[in-house]
Amino acid sequence: MKQSIFEIIRHERLTETVFRMVLKGDTSDITATGQFVNVQLSGKFLRRPISVCDWDQDTLTLVYKVVGSGTEQMSRMQAGEKLDILTGLGNGYNLEAGFEKPLLIGGGVGVPPLYALCKALVKKGLTPVAVLGFNKKEEIFLKEDFEKLGAEVIVATADGSYGVKGFVTDAMKGLEYDYFFTCGPEPMLKAVSAASECSGQLSFEERMACGFGACMGCSCKTKYGNKRICKDGPVLVKEEVVW
Amino acid sequence: MVNLKVDLCGLTLDNPLIPASGCFGYGKEFARWYDINMLGSFSFKGTTLEPRFGNPTPRIAECAEGMLNAVGLQNPGVEHVIAHELPEMKEYFHKPVVANISGFSLEEYVRCCELLDAQEQVGILEVNISCPNVHGGGMAFGTSAKSAAEVTEAVKKVTKKPVFIKLSPNVTNIVEIAKACEDAGADGLSLINTLLGMRIDLNRRKPILANKMGGFSGPAIFPVALRMVYQVYEAVKIPLMGMGGVQTARDVIEMMLAGATAVQIGAANLVNPCVCKEIIEQLPAEMEKLGIRSLKDIIGGAH
Repeated sequence: MKQSIFEIIRHERLTETVFRMVLKGDTSDITATGQFVNVQLSGKFLRRPISVCDWDQDTLTLVYKVVGSGTEQMSRMQAGEKLDILTGLGNGYNLEAGFEKPLLIGGGVGVPPLYALCKALVKKGLTPVAVLGFNKKEEIFLKEDFEKLGAEVIVATADGSYGVKGFVTDAMKGLEYDYFFTCGPEPMLKAVSAASECSGQLSFEERMACGFGACMGCSCKTKYGNKRICKDGPVLVKEEVVW
Repeated sequence: MVNLKVDLCGLTLDNPLIPASGCFGYGKEFARWYDINMLGSFSFKGTTLEPRFGNPTPRIAECAEGMLNAVGLQNPGVEHVIAHELPEMKEYFHKPVVANISGFSLEEYVRCCELLDAQEQVGILEVNISCPNVHGGGMAFGTSAKSAAEVTEAVKKVTKKPVFIKLSPNVTNIVEIAKACEDAGADGLSLINTLLGMRIDLNRRKPILANKMGGFSGPAIFPVALRMVYQVYEAVKIPLMGMGGVQTARDVIEMMLAGATAVQIGAANLVNPCVCKEIIEQLPAEMEKLGIRSLKDIIGGAH
């Protein structure tokens, strides 16, 4: 965990409500895909937890959706502006879970953390399949980015305006995989968990204050005991989740 | 050289900074950010006799210059705290700690205090009679002078350690309750706990917090807390730990001028994990600017 100042070096709109912000700064405490950062915004008391889409030695990529006044304020920021960010938060995905054919399933703004995960899996010599779910064609983002990594991408849209019509679970039918990684809204996580026969890891979201395990604001019950989504999560294994 | 030391019921604190209960866990999470031995002390997570999961989520909401929480006293129970948290704490915190205790009955408060009284690491017992997030307990004791005095008297019988009663601001007359606790034998008072508040989600048209209401904290409540510390200081002779929205060295000085001997920092820790370290580092310069040689000298200085 580290608190440091990042400078925005690129900021672009991907869809009407989704933005990609690339920042320069100290990323040394980001140790796993699926972790998140907690971003301080001027005039907002609490930080905004946002999943890490990608990072390298000195850049951090956040892909986020405008869902309230904080992210709206963030979306108006420009290159050159600076942000105070806590990095290296959360456990992240465990890539040593023993699998050969991983399936990645992302829903809406749950897609971004799967990008760095996909990159890491490709680096391990695997060819992941990514099922990305959106409401409609206009809301699709990061599809080409996953394809550029070499992943096979299947898009599902709820209204059928692109790819498979329906939910990610419709697109999952008939796919061969021996493990899954997912991130998205909780009803989707539950449906994915029920639709899959193998084990997997699910990334959860919860309203939180600190993001580093101190306030107990984001606790949940699991089969392995009480956990804090921010510190012991956000990634839980399928077997421990209590729905 | 300025002097940051203060005396609190026989304990000499290196400085008046004490992270507040519920905002600092057992210190472990913060020991990763800085050496927490630089603190005066800290008040660990509110402890009950039995383990508690607390309230359903969402437990957190934001507001202008503050936040609401409805955690509901999640804690592993006093036996677990004594068997696991306190021994582990020895590794990273070497000063007397403040044990924060909650209960749902007089017997529970007493038993909890008894068990924690026996712990060498515990320097002060802080008895929370003011948690707004649990039904039928906690605050019920803190909202009447009579029951506040009963809790105070009962726990004083089972401990030799200094007992601070943590007061609720959600009362008509905090001074009356403060006096009742003093008369019942309290060694000090902690104030204020959070203010009862609420936010509503406009899209769902329902309260954001699953518990509907929660404790309001953060810089927005600082003037309320300061006012109450000021009022209580005038009415009692026992020392006060002042808290509520404190987030800078200047706030600490202001709280001490109002009458606080020690100053607790709560919500600010959650947004800036190093806030207490920064305040301690900034205090000497602020004191010099204001012509303060020793913090001890300014306690209640605004009266």
